[in-house]
Amino acid sequence: MSRINIIGAGLAGLSAAIELAENGIASRLVSLQPSERAQSVLAEGGINGAINTMGENDEAENHFNDTLKGGVFMADPNAVENLTYGAPEIIRWLEGIGVPFNMENGDIILRNFGGQKKKRTAYARSSTGKIIMSAVIDEARKYEASGLIYRMPHHEFLRLITENGECKGVRIHDCYSNDKNSVIDLYGPVILCSGGLNGLFPGMTTGTTQNSGDVTAAVFSQGVLLGNPEMVQYHPTTIGITGKRCLVTEAARGEGGRLYIMRNGEKWYFMEEKYPELKNLMPRDVVAREMYFVRRREDCEDKVYLDMTGLDGKVWSRKLSDLREELIKYLGEDPKTTPINVKEGIHYFMGGIDTDEDHRTNLPGLFAAGECTCQYHGANRLGGNSMLGAIFGGKKAARTIISSGIYTGEDTAEPDEKITAEPFSEPASPILIERISEILLAGLGIVRNEEGLRKSLSELETLESEREYCQREKSRFRLAEAMLRGALERRESRGAHYREDYPDKNEEYRKATVAELKGGRVNISFRTLPERRKK
Amino acid sequence: MKVRLDILRCESIGSKPFWQSIDYETEDENSTVAAALTDINNSGSYIDTEERAVSHISWECSCLQKKCGACAMLINSYPRLACDSKLKEVRRNGVIRIEPLKKFPVVRDLVVDRSIMMENLKTMKLWFQEYARADETVGDIAYEGSRCLQCGCCLEVCPNFYSGGQFFGTATIVPASRLISAVPESQRKEVFREYRKHGYEGCGKSLACRSVCPAGIDIEDLLVNSNAAAVWKRRKRKLKNGKKD
Repeated sequence: MSRINIIGAGLAGLSAAIELAENGIASRLVSLQPSERAQSVLAEGGINGAINTMGENDEAENHFNDTLKGGVFMADPNAVENLTYGAPEIIRWLEGIGVPFNMENGDIILRNFGGQKKKRTAYARSSTGKIIMSAVIDEARKYEASGLIYRMPHHEFLRLITENGECKGVRIHDCYSNDKNSVIDLYGPVILCSGGLNGLFPGMTTGTTQNSGDVTAAVFSQGVLLGNPEMVQYHPTTIGITGKRCLVTEAARGEGGRLYIMRNGEKWYFMEEKYPELKNLMPRDVVAREMYFVRRREDCEDKVYLDMTGLDGKVWSRKLSDLREELIKYLGEDPKTTPINVKEGIHYFMGGIDTDEDHRTNLPGLFAAGECTCQYHGANRLGGNSMLGAIFGGKKAARTIISSGIYTGEDTAEPDEKITAEPFSEPASPILIERISEILLAGLGIVRNEEGLRKSLSELETLESEREYCQREKSRFRLAEAMLRGALERRESRGAHYREDYPDKNEEYRKATVAELKGGRVNISFRTLPERRKK
Repeated sequence: MKVRLDILRCESIGSKPFWQSIDYETEDENSTVAAALTDINNSGSYIDTEERAVSHISWECSCLQKKCGACAMLINSYPRLACDSKLKEVRRNGVIRIEPLKKFPVVRDLVVDRSIMMENLKTMKLWFQEYARADETVGDIAYEGSRCLQCGCCLEVCPNFYSGGQFFGTATIVPASRLISAVPESQRKEVFREYRKHGYEGCGKSLACRSVCPAGIDIEDLLVNSNAAAVWKRRKRKLKNGKKD
């Protein structure tokens, strides 16, 4: 009997491990660094679930509709139904493991978030990710002590072990080992929870340096399909700090912050004028695109400001104290008294490893959950749905394994692993990473067109022909190509994918983009989405 | 801006450490130690002051915005996060001395093995055994207690902590305060006992940890609260700065 091998110890990986452990099934939690360093700790604004504590008659069906609409009807409706109907249970589970959500009168209070008409986002000030992670890490520790979760921190994923088109395990390397050539083979089913593709855009995203994209690139090269790789979310409100983009939580607008630009010398609250219903809380793709366009208007200055000066003292002290501290530290300006200059920045990858609603990939024995997958968010993710997707997805993948009935939880005394030697797998060269990033940024901006995408693809090809590359570099080329080709082939505008040469959405493309590596070339096809099951 | 970085290098576990001095120049006035290390590694062509090639400098980093604790190291003898250390603020006479934390075994260069911290949390049984809810009455304590980065800076300056000892230090006391704030009746005795054994009894109250915590956690207040509950058996109280509105 094998343990389940989970790659990545952020919210998705931890949730999968806990769900398995609660059902008596043992897992190995493999990660480059401990859970405290995972990108999940950076999540700020909150987590969505229709627990209806604000007297607004909210229900899961509303959450379902908003999520599907926010993703411009490109997500699997059955998966989204699972997610949104499962959300209240997730929030209550978190509450029951001691997460100190903001509360009033004995119950969790909710805040407004983008793309949602009702208050549905539970939060802990604006450090929700960190606060949730602390409780979930403690919960996992309970099972570490009982032996059901076996942690392998400081271990790096190298590749899948496959046999006859099935995933049989993973090959990893201990980064703390003196022997660079020593690798460990772990056998058993694998759940990838390795996060988004930030490493393709170093210094340009709000994520961590650890989410390199290497895992997704490696498994794509090994025949795992990708879904919607062209869908990259630009968050409307980020600031530049040394080495990265720093997120200014959507909660700033959820609590009343307003976006404006100077037009002919006067403040223009462009979102409020153009979208009188949701105003500054339109879905992120819409806000980011509007900001992009107003900044380029001749009658406007080129800076957009987030004005939070109208928020009352209680909001600052109880709901956004941490945001205020952060902005004062990085900008030297107090958002309570001064509007701050914000800009769109890469924040989330809706696309990723292709899975079905049960989180199976196309390789039997391989599952995936969290930001590394293409699941739940379609063409644009709503704020507050990422942590939900990670926790729910991790648990769902685990439940799929549990319900398969193959893994009954009997654990062998010794971990089922083998240490062998493999020539050192070199990391990708930083200079190459930078060049690929420049090519991708040029093609995959907020506004895209055929000419730009073809130019990027051709530059990528030229770069690849310059010299011989190591395996990791080759895989990165293929992943970059998949993202560009996906964007090229999708000849419409939908969610985060805006094509100025095809500015409207086209029902023919209301399909999932599927990228496959065949004979060394990236092949893009479109798959019809399933109909929603009748209840 | 020009600085000289004196970095304590160590090629592998058990090998002899050596100092390497690198002259580093940047146009970014807000550049940090983390940015300098990234630059030097990405360039791959730096030469030290003795004209030796600078090989890849190993260090751990992740979030680059002081929310993950990965990049803790000694910077001019002070434990801090590299991403939160601006060159212009930490340099002394144009020099910045960079060393790995000393309380943990060195793996390579600036990377240390901090797994003892996770082991200590496990030894102290830091988890809820059953349903536990941090409601409004304890929300501020539970929130503050959830903010620990597990970076190890507090342990570095603690006169009472050593790896393998019975006193587990602030990196355990802070998360324990979350547990203590909402602990269910069935678990109370054990949690309080563990806290006294590994927290209260070994703490010499130097509170050196308070000034180095990169997250600025109100350590003293959490200590007072946990001691009141677990040692003096007084009722829980709220954080002084977290009055209910």
